[in-house]
Amino acid sequence: MADTALEHLKANGRIVVVGASLAGLRGAETLREKGFKGSLTMIGDEPYQPYDRPPLSKQALLGMGTAERTELPRRRDIEAEWRLGVAASGLDMAARRVKLADGDEVPYDRLLIATGVRARPWPNPAEAELDGVYVLRTRDDGAALARRFDEGPRRVLVIGAGFTGSEIASACRERGLEVTVAERADAPLVGALGGVIGAVAAELHRENGVDLRTGIMVTALEGDSTNRVRAAHFSDGTTLECDVVVVSLGAQRNTDWLSGSGLGAGPRGIACDAGCRAFDIRGIVTDDIFVAGDVARSPHPLFGYQFLSLEHWGNAVSQAETAAHNMLSESTERRPHIWVPAFWSSQFGVSIKSVGVPSMGTEIMITQGSRAERRFTGVYGYQGRVIGAVTFDNSRWLQFYQQQIETTAPFPPPFPTVDRRPEGQKPLPADFPDPSLPTHGPTVTLSGYSPADRRLTFTPAGH
Amino acid sequence: MKQGILSDILDYANRANPYPLYAELRKTPVFHDGDGPYVISTYHHIQSLLHDPRLSSDARNLAANAGDPLAGAEDEGAAALPPSFLKLDPPEHDRLRRMTNRPFGPPHSPHRVDDMRGFLHTTVTGLIDNLGDPERIDLVDQFAYPFPVTMICRLLGVPREDEARFHVWADTLAASLDPDPDADPKEREKKTHDARMELGMYLAGLIEERRKNPGEDMLSQLAVGHGQDETMSTMELLSTAALLLIAGHETTVNLITNGMLTLLRNPDVLQQLRETPDLAVPLVEELLRFEPPVQLLPQRTPLVDIEVGGVTIPKGSSMWLILASGNRDPHRFENPDRFDPYRKDIQHLGLGSGIHSCFGAPLARLEAQLALTELVRRLENPRLVEDPPPYRQNAVLRGPRHLRITCDGVRPA
Ligand SMILES: Cc1cc2nc3c(=O)[nH]c(=O)nc-3n(C[C@H](O)[C@H](O)[C@H](O)COP(=O)(O)OP(=O)(O)OC[C@H]3O[C@@H](n4cnc5c(N)ncnc54)[C@H](O)[C@@H]3O)c2cc1C
Repeated sequence: MADTALEHLKANGRIVVVGASLAGLRGAETLREKGFKGSLTMIGDEPYQPYDRPPLSKQALLGMGTAERTELPRRRDIEAEWRLGVAASGLDMAARRVKLADGDEVPYDRLLIATGVRARPWPNPAEAELDGVYVLRTRDDGAALARRFDEGPRRVLVIGAGFTGSEIASACRERGLEVTVAERADAPLVGALGGVIGAVAAELHRENGVDLRTGIMVTALEGDSTNRVRAAHFSDGTTLECDVVVVSLGAQRNTDWLSGSGLGAGPRGIACDAGCRAFDIRGIVTDDIFVAGDVARSPHPLFGYQFLSLEHWGNAVSQAETAAHNMLSESTERRPHIWVPAFWSSQFGVSIKSVGVPSMGTEIMITQGSRAERRFTGVYGYQGRVIGAVTFDNSRWLQFYQQQIETTAPFPPPFPTVDRRPEGQKPLPADFPDPSLPTHGPTVTLSGYSPADRRLTFTPAGH
Repeated sequence: MKQGILSDILDYANRANPYPLYAELRKTPVFHDGDGPYVISTYHHIQSLLHDPRLSSDARNLAANAGDPLAGAEDEGAAALPPSFLKLDPPEHDRLRRMTNRPFGPPHSPHRVDDMRGFLHTTVTGLIDNLGDPERIDLVDQFAYPFPVTMICRLLGVPREDEARFHVWADTLAASLDPDPDADPKEREKKTHDARMELGMYLAGLIEERRKNPGEDMLSQLAVGHGQDETMSTMELLSTAALLLIAGHETTVNLITNGMLTLLRNPDVLQQLRETPDLAVPLVEELLRFEPPVQLLPQRTPLVDIEVGGVTIPKGSSMWLILASGNRDPHRFENPDRFDPYRKDIQHLGLGSGIHSCFGAPLARLEAQLALTELVRRLENPRLVEDPPPYRQNAVLRGPRHLRITCDGVRPA
């Protein structure tokens, strides 16, 4: 075989993965799968082998499994050198070295960055330090919170009713704990799914005995003499006594360690091209640095080339696989990461799934089932095309709607479906608080099934 | 209904090996000839149609002239009853299936199937103990038929002493699914009718009695009902029980028999299963791909004109989705005609997909895994007496009518 640079890399190269979690592990496994024989170093600031996060807000809080037992299943042996419990603290792009917090430096020929995100902390540091105030991102967070729930707190306050906050509230109710949820928007899940679906989510909370307070902000947390949280103050002047507070205000990208490195990394993530190659600050794509998972921000042709940052499990896996493939491929064999966003959650006994980018939608139509029964499919429309879909306990149809999104099918869907109800006869405003509308551009459609025959078809704007 | 390849598929002469016909069919992924059904034979098309909400399973949406040679063929069994959820669309489908699932599977009854392991094992052991002359075994009559019916009796809560009667009705109804060109149709029809009536009356009585004295069995729990969905009506319950009975044992018989046949044709795999019983799990999956008990789904119809692979299928047309063909689609599976229990990527269509995916799958899988493992463990040097064996008439629920084998002895349990 010709001793090309690529063959050399595969045989003797050094690949470093920073971030030893879902994307990092799946990326590493794919590298080995693709025949990478060189040295592989996994750097992770958490002291644990890669574990799975979704159960932390579900099974683990319910006591149906413990936070310590969510190791990710291994697809194969990766024969890596593990540097766990030590953070990467810097990057020297010119010398191709990752600096570690313990002073070590690790050289690489190719680098995969998968540092994910961390929970956004409560903005007041002193209040955030109070005993009984938690965030939920890591295994340690999950274990600590589960222990506290075991002690049977009198009232839990969840700040923020996004997916994680809602799941935590749901777990509380399932365990018989009193819980208050405070949300700035008018309903839970509004940011991700809009007001129409948010209203359904609000009913779910209330039916299940959650004290849901919307259109409100928590202004301060108050501790007792032993520094234990005892109350929260709200923007409407009221006060709530609570002994556990879970701050669930979204996430921040783990990019601080890259500041000054010259890589295009910032608070919105690390920008990369569709092939997962990172941009430097000049907007020039690097050849040797790849990114994947929650920390990445990549353009999606199907959604107007918007740079999407997705905090989705499936995206982390798929993007890591693509990055790994491309790291070991000649330029002509590289593949774009054109994964159609998909997300799931389960709360209050309902399985919620979405595909596409619902938050781009301006309208929604309930094409199957009914909101009153909490069993339905909602399709999001944007400029006359289907852009996203959500199902409540109706996920077996989702694949169809994914194809509708991939083929830029017209919205509202002009055809009848099984289980179409009167409420599905016409679209409603999707009711997002701040619709960030991309400008209209060229149209791209996807076809094919296996990664190798996934194809993009480009239709120029003005068509 | 003479339509070249479709009549070939229905022709008994091709029952033992329909796969070359499917390969031929896949050259025209959406096949339509004259006024016959639209036949879909490739994996990805079938897979997406199974998730397509524009497709109905409710025969009432068929156009009057849909021209389906299979129409009604396997439906007579339930003529007097309302359609089971297999033949309904949401929301009725969802409601009935959900209620049926409550006493059967997670989240409400996560242990139902697993708790049957012990009983499954005892039943399998008993049947093997009683195989009699090891040189003359008909695996269908002596094992593959009685096994799942016994399990269904257990599931529904049919009392021990009534099981024998129940088996006779089940056999008669099963036979009615297989058109028999030689039998007197009048007489057959009467026999079937009587069996159906007697079984119906029996189940109705059982339901009545379980309403008063509910036990742990599924029928009791269905009869009592709980939660947000109201209770099933007696008629709905009868349809559901009939569905569980017919769908639940007709298919499992074939899964087990096809399984043994395949193993006997692949002695190396048989040996591997004997040495590594854990192989049963992936082996049954591969079996569901390689020789699915339900070869095709004949009852689907679009609610609106739809386009599949460049062909417009008009609203109300009859469609066949040939699951067994999709399972052998070389665009989806490498070396599809090879039986390989070590295959990694095995998302087969053997149990369907989407909202109508096989309701009894967890039980069917467990039954087949156990049956095959125990058979290969206990039969000494088993061999086929004839290959191919005689098949059942039925092209949809395809499997051997008899599987005569011989072996050197039966090892003790
Ligand atoms: C409670 C919870 C519930 C969730 N539920 C769902 C769900 O139901 N469905 C769904 O689709 N998604 C869900 N997610 C999201 C999903 O878990 C993420 O999308 C996924 O974990 C992303 O993987 P990743 O590898 O990109 O990032 P992460 O899992 O965040 O991993 C990044 C790793 O890098 C480490 N790291 C960071 N900086 C450094 C550094 N400088 N040096 C070394 N290591 C570093 C981090 O500590 C971390 O271990 C959930 C997430 C959480 C927290």
